[in-house]
Amino acid sequence: MSSSASGDRPTGRVTGAQAVLMSLEALGVEVVFGYPGGAILPAYDPMLDSSIKHVLVRHEQGAVHMAEGYAHATGRVGVCIVTSGPAATNIVTGLADAHMDSVPLLAITGQVATTAIGSDAFQEADVTGITMPVTKHNELVGTVERIAAALKEAHHIASSGRPGPVLVDIPKDILNATVEWRWPEHMELPGYRPTVRGHGKMVREAVELIGRSQRPVIYAGGGLVRAGAAEELFELATLLEVPVVTTLMARGVFPDTHELFVGMPGMHGHYAAVKAFQETDLLITLGARFDDRVTGDLGSFAPHARVIHVDIDPAEIGKNRVVDVPIVGDAKVVTGQLVRAASDKLDLVKPDTTAWRAHLTELKAEHPLRVEQPETGVIKPQTAIRAIHEVFGDEAVYVAGVGQHQMWAAQHIPYSRPRQWINSGGLGTMGFAVPAAIGAKAGLPDTPVVCIDGDGCFQMTFQEIAAAVQADLPVVFCVVNNGYLGMVRQWQSLFYDDRLSEVALPQDLPDLVKLADAYGIPGFRATTMDELGPVLRKAQEVTGQPVIVDLRVDPDEMVFPMVPAGASNDEVLESAEEWYARARAIDLPGDGVPAE
Amino acid sequence: MIQRHTLSVLVENKPGVLTRIAGMFARRAYNIHSLAVGPTDDPRVSRLTIVVGTEAVQLEQIVKQLNKLVHVLKIVELDPAESVEREMQLVKVTADPDTRSQIIELADVFRAKIVDVDHDSLTIEAAGAPAKLEAMVELLEPFGIREMVRSGTISLARGSRSITDGSKLRMQRVV
Ligand SMILES: Cc1ncc(C[n+]2csc(CCOP(=O)(O)OP(=O)(O)O)c2C)c(N)n1
Ligand SMILES: [Mg+2]
Repeated sequence: MSSSASGDRPTGRVTGAQAVLMSLEALGVEVVFGYPGGAILPAYDPMLDSSIKHVLVRHEQGAVHMAEGYAHATGRVGVCIVTSGPAATNIVTGLADAHMDSVPLLAITGQVATTAIGSDAFQEADVTGITMPVTKHNELVGTVERIAAALKEAHHIASSGRPGPVLVDIPKDILNATVEWRWPEHMELPGYRPTVRGHGKMVREAVELIGRSQRPVIYAGGGLVRAGAAEELFELATLLEVPVVTTLMARGVFPDTHELFVGMPGMHGHYAAVKAFQETDLLITLGARFDDRVTGDLGSFAPHARVIHVDIDPAEIGKNRVVDVPIVGDAKVVTGQLVRAASDKLDLVKPDTTAWRAHLTELKAEHPLRVEQPETGVIKPQTAIRAIHEVFGDEAVYVAGVGQHQMWAAQHIPYSRPRQWINSGGLGTMGFAVPAAIGAKAGLPDTPVVCIDGDGCFQMTFQEIAAAVQADLPVVFCVVNNGYLGMVRQWQSLFYDDRLSEVALPQDLPDLVKLADAYGIPGFRATTMDELGPVLRKAQEVTGQPVIVDLRVDPDEMVFPMVPAGASNDEVLESAEEWYARARAIDLPGDGVPAE
Repeated sequence: MIQRHTLSVLVENKPGVLTRIAGMFARRAYNIHSLAVGPTDDPRVSRLTIVVGTEAVQLEQIVKQLNKLVHVLKIVELDPAESVEREMQLVKVTADPDTRSQIIELADVFRAKIVDVDHDSLTIEAAGAPAKLEAMVELLEPFGIREMVRSGTISLARGSRSITDGSKLRMQRVV
């Protein structure tokens, strides 16, 4: 090789491994999350000379979730790099997670040498085969000449259209082979051409439909976040005075504090938002996909609504719900088109939503989230979440795990900007939060990143705290410690007559303050209301290193509102009392076992 | 209403492309009746004919999900009334001196060929639309079918238009 992989672009012959690093540099990658091993070893040598930072994880699942967290937080492609076989299979969960939530991700895996493929060689796994259904695309690189093009295409596919994970599997002999370095100018992807601009006629039809509506509501989904469309959304909503509902994946894309904000829809959504969907006559669906956790029983979802559906993925349109005006295109571009089309003839197409908005405002006021917090003693988990927000404020990014704490964090923090809320929505991956928060911090070094995790989730991936310490990524890890797999316990309470089966996690196993100590970082615990505020403030004052906060909360609390799985959204229940009253009324054992 | 639909799918001739397509069908629980793959006049492009049994709504999903695969270039649904559909079939039938001539006659009616002869069997090669082959098999059944094999459907639209028109395919397309 004629020069180092970093800085001045070498022109001579380089190894495949060097080509990998040089390609990543050419793509503007600043950090990769990874773990070395046999087949990928050649790539770890030129890494020493590269400008790209490497975060050494403790388990490959950590690497892929960190890459996701980075992508969620920055909008840029997250990159992880691991070896073959068991390392590659360890990232499958994260790939599936990124696939479900449309997270732009590039995964590079080492593979056994070309000559050994198919021979059940040491640490061989059919990684492109295994990951085919959970990636947007993948490729087993066949020649060293192909490396740069494969990575450039993978990066492009991951970040364009409907974003998603793309995996590039590179055999070891190809990493060791040499090639004349050349960064390809073009990509040859004849079968890949996402539609970006919405069809003009459809846009006009959509605007006319809005004009004829009386109770329109914007169903804002994660696609708006991916597209960076918060501004356009704000313009559209305020221009036409249409109320906005933000899904779990879209929290923050429209400010919660705005008067047009209604809430989050779905199984654990805000009452007013769930009702808004049931009563609306027009769903303006932007980058959302009628997920079953939003719709409940599809047949009775939004029964009076006509539907405008904007999505960059044509397959989402008409998949779950019949659509009146389909618009394929990028959520930012199309929402902008809608704004312009509406501004052109505002007096004709602006619906009078005065009564409708007043009605929703009233619903919001009459049906707030319910928290019964005694002033002293036990901390209600909802109070813990609100206190976290009070201390860390609007400036922080919040990353949640999966379970009750996730729903409370989605409900009780007033989000004000996109990418302020990061979670695993589609796959519901426990263990996501710790590494995702670390990845987010790597992308946003100047922003406070607060991980709000469950005690169950935390124990799935907390080994990555070592990576955070070592790579100097000071995340605040708050554990909403209820001593249970709370969400599962809630289902057992409601659907299985309170027969709790394998859901108890002793609150001090492990002792999280001692755990912090073991990692050489500060750890705090709050057990009662008077400790909550001071402990969080102490955690906030820690600078330059991660910190663990053990928040011992009331184990008996349940998440409400709740629409039972598979039930109609008309059946939104606001409290446990209401739940049990309903169960008694229809004389079911504790419930109605969910229809799924 | 469940109906048969014939999809002509042009794909980049890349390793694993068939697995991607078959995997997508399996994963989303779509039903494949038959599938045939082969080269086209462009070595970079393969052509699949996929026959599916499905309802209209699901057909739309199938086409959209296929289109999401990066190596899929173009999908056209072929109307059976407006296209030539062919399958190929080989049937090995028990044939003794008494039945042999009847079988040969029958093959003639279907414009099938006898491609192998043994003391007590005949192998018939037939090509045609699926319905014709089914009819032939039904009539051969009484003689005793020992073994048979049938290809997937291949199909081309009638008339001079081609779905592989170079300009439409844009194999040269770069990003
Ligand atoms: C990897 C994985 N395994 C199992 C589940 C099923 N599950 C969903 S929520 C939950 C409990 C989570 O417990 P915890 O982290 O303590 O959160 P809590 O609900 O108590 O707030 C479980 C087991 C899951 N979502 N992901
Ligand atoms: Mg818990």
